[in-house]
Amino acid sequence: MNATFVGMPPFPSAARDALADSQLRGNLAKATGTIRAKRAAVVAEVDDWEELRLAGAALKDRALLDLDSKLVQLEESLTAAGAVVHWARDAEEACRIVASVARDHGVDEVVKVKSMATQEIGLNEHLEAEGIAAWETDLAELIVQLGEDLPSHILVPAIHRNRAEIREIFLRRMAEVGRPAPADLTDEPVELANAARLHLREKFLRAKVAVSGANFAVADSGTLVVVESEGNGRMCLTLPEVLVSVVGIEKVVPTWQDLDVFLQLLPRSSTGERMNPYTSTWSGVTPGDGPQEVHVVLLDNGRTRALADEVGRQALRCIRCSACLNVCPVYERTGGHAYGSVYPGPIGAILNPLLRGVGTDEQVDSLPYASSLCGACFEACPVRIDIPSVLVDLRAQVVDAHRPSAKPEAVAMKAAAWSFGSGARLGVVERLSGVVGGATGRVGRRRLPGGRAALSRVPFGAAWTRSRDLPVPPRESFRAWWKRTDGGRS
Amino acid sequence: MSAREEVLARVRAALAGAPTPPAVPPVRSGRPLEELLDRFAERVADYRAVVVRCAEDEVEERIALALDGARTVVPADLPWEVPGAVPDEGFTALELDDLEAVVTAAAVGIAETGTVVLDHGAGQGRRALSLVPDLHVLVVRADQVVAGVPEAVARLDPARPQTWISGPSATSDIELNRVEGVHGPRRLVVVLVGSEVVGRGSTLGGVGTVGGSSASH
Ligand code: SF4
Repeated sequence: MNATFVGMPPFPSAARDALADSQLRGNLAKATGTIRAKRAAVVAEVDDWEELRLAGAALKDRALLDLDSKLVQLEESLTAAGAVVHWARDAEEACRIVASVARDHGVDEVVKVKSMATQEIGLNEHLEAEGIAAWETDLAELIVQLGEDLPSHILVPAIHRNRAEIREIFLRRMAEVGRPAPADLTDEPVELANAARLHLREKFLRAKVAVSGANFAVADSGTLVVVESEGNGRMCLTLPEVLVSVVGIEKVVPTWQDLDVFLQLLPRSSTGERMNPYTSTWSGVTPGDGPQEVHVVLLDNGRTRALADEVGRQALRCIRCSACLNVCPVYERTGGHAYGSVYPGPIGAILNPLLRGVGTDEQVDSLPYASSLCGACFEACPVRIDIPSVLVDLRAQVVDAHRPSAKPEAVAMKAAAWSFGSGARLGVVERLSGVVGGATGRVGRRRLPGGRAALSRVPFGAAWTRSRDLPVPPRESFRAWWKRTDGGRS
Repeated sequence: MSAREEVLARVRAALAGAPTPPAVPPVRSGRPLEELLDRFAERVADYRAVVVRCAEDEVEERIALALDGARTVVPADLPWEVPGAVPDEGFTALELDDLEAVVTAAAVGIAETGTVVLDHGAGQGRRALSLVPDLHVLVVRADQVVAGVPEAVARLDPARPQTWISGPSATSDIELNRVEGVHGPRRLVVVLVGSEVVGRGSTLGGVGTVGGSSASH
């Protein structure tokens, strides 16, 4: 498995299925609504939030635009602190490194703390093929893993499951892989969480090797940081003898002090808390405390491809908070699975094509169209990634990649059909999007002969409109006008 | 070419012609926070942790009350007497799992976020100690409480492993219902030692490192 789930249908058809699933839509609407409200409340408490966002974006840019020397510095400080540093060009290489560490210690299982990088490289599948079981220890990931399912949200990966389904999964599957769920398990969340606690504690206490990712890697001190809620991260980072952390090269931040900015931005943007329950930091090996053998795998797997994209490289600033998912009208209705990738939502719509390149995979190429360009993601993003601009640029790249064999109109129109093919979707797109005049500044205005404003690029048809100017749409769409005026009667 | 050389070469190629890194705009340089300890206590309690405030000579009594007879482990260098507690002698994880409670000191408290940071130095024990038992009694001195995250980061040494704790372990993974306690200690008691006077008048800018932190990026 690479960055997208194998065999996933392109976004429009996957979205059609997801839209028809009312359970999923109900859960998602509740989840995204709840987190949105919590986030808004704690962000409002911070009167210099905008300054923090600007600082966060600049700090990440400083690391990214100087990435070669920052990586070398990180390697030096990690090594000085007793860690073993490995480099991986791609998913395959990273998986092989982790597997060989596990094999060196003769283990047939590892415990894992939720990490998008290890999911991206398909580590669990790789280890399984080598006869090593990888136990996910985050409650949601456990639900997903036991349910033989795919995660649907960065932060709450099992948001598509309700409590009755979770109970059923625990009762059916826990016994097969370890300590069974209590026979009288009800669907009370407290009881379900307790069943997971007992089931996983057995694994934590005996595990010899743990695998993690990292939220941040500090170049000047060689410190890795894991931000979490449940304590499963602490278990994995503390109890086993050996720890392997798979870290994307974009996770670097320049200095220890820079964490002050990110540890303010991330929890408030992510779970809508002033601070998440647990944050662990470690720099290599501490004698007598925690794992005495520490490995760090620095992973490229497409990140340098993204870095080479002048418009798109800002996506590497992403701190995976998932705020953009929770404000996205498209995501709220389709859920994460429709994106066919471990990176769903607005960030997934740009990150997957940037990491993998366009023009080779229909699923990836459809993602830049999975948006209405409303701009809510940009507003919410703690590191100010201008997702709409990157989407527009990627659409142009998708169209270019399909030339001359495919007519650009065909590609663009197919994607447009997804949004225009249903009244409800069109409503969402119009109300919130760049199809209405308010946000079109972002997509480039020109003047038609005679001075009429024109759009040189519209959503869903970048290349098509490159050679055909369209009049700028009115500031209010017909549908919005109809609703507001009750069909012109008021 | 080794993977290291190749990744670095790709990075350099990707950055050919890239703009120079931007300057980092300043972040806040100080905001008064008068009731530092009150704020800290209130924010810790917001996470549904139990907060106990007391004077220096009441600490041991308060610890004993919080423990309520639980089988307790303590770091060997804990500065307070905990009758009946066993000092850590390098117990295995399984052995720790048999104990019900742990008492530790702290390194830093953060008022704005209600966070306690352990750097696992004096009186705090190794990381496993404050993780496996189900009740964690954490003793924070008034002079360890700072206003915000920047002050905490400035006080802490990255070479030491750290655990930042904001309330008991929690999850919202099941239909977004918050459930306290999954893997970390399910009960957290924070004993805050020292009078209000100690913290009064501190400001977010008062520590001296704030503001300067961003200028040096
Ligand atoms: S793109 Fe921004 S808002 Fe979205 S997950 Fe990344 S950091 Fe968060």
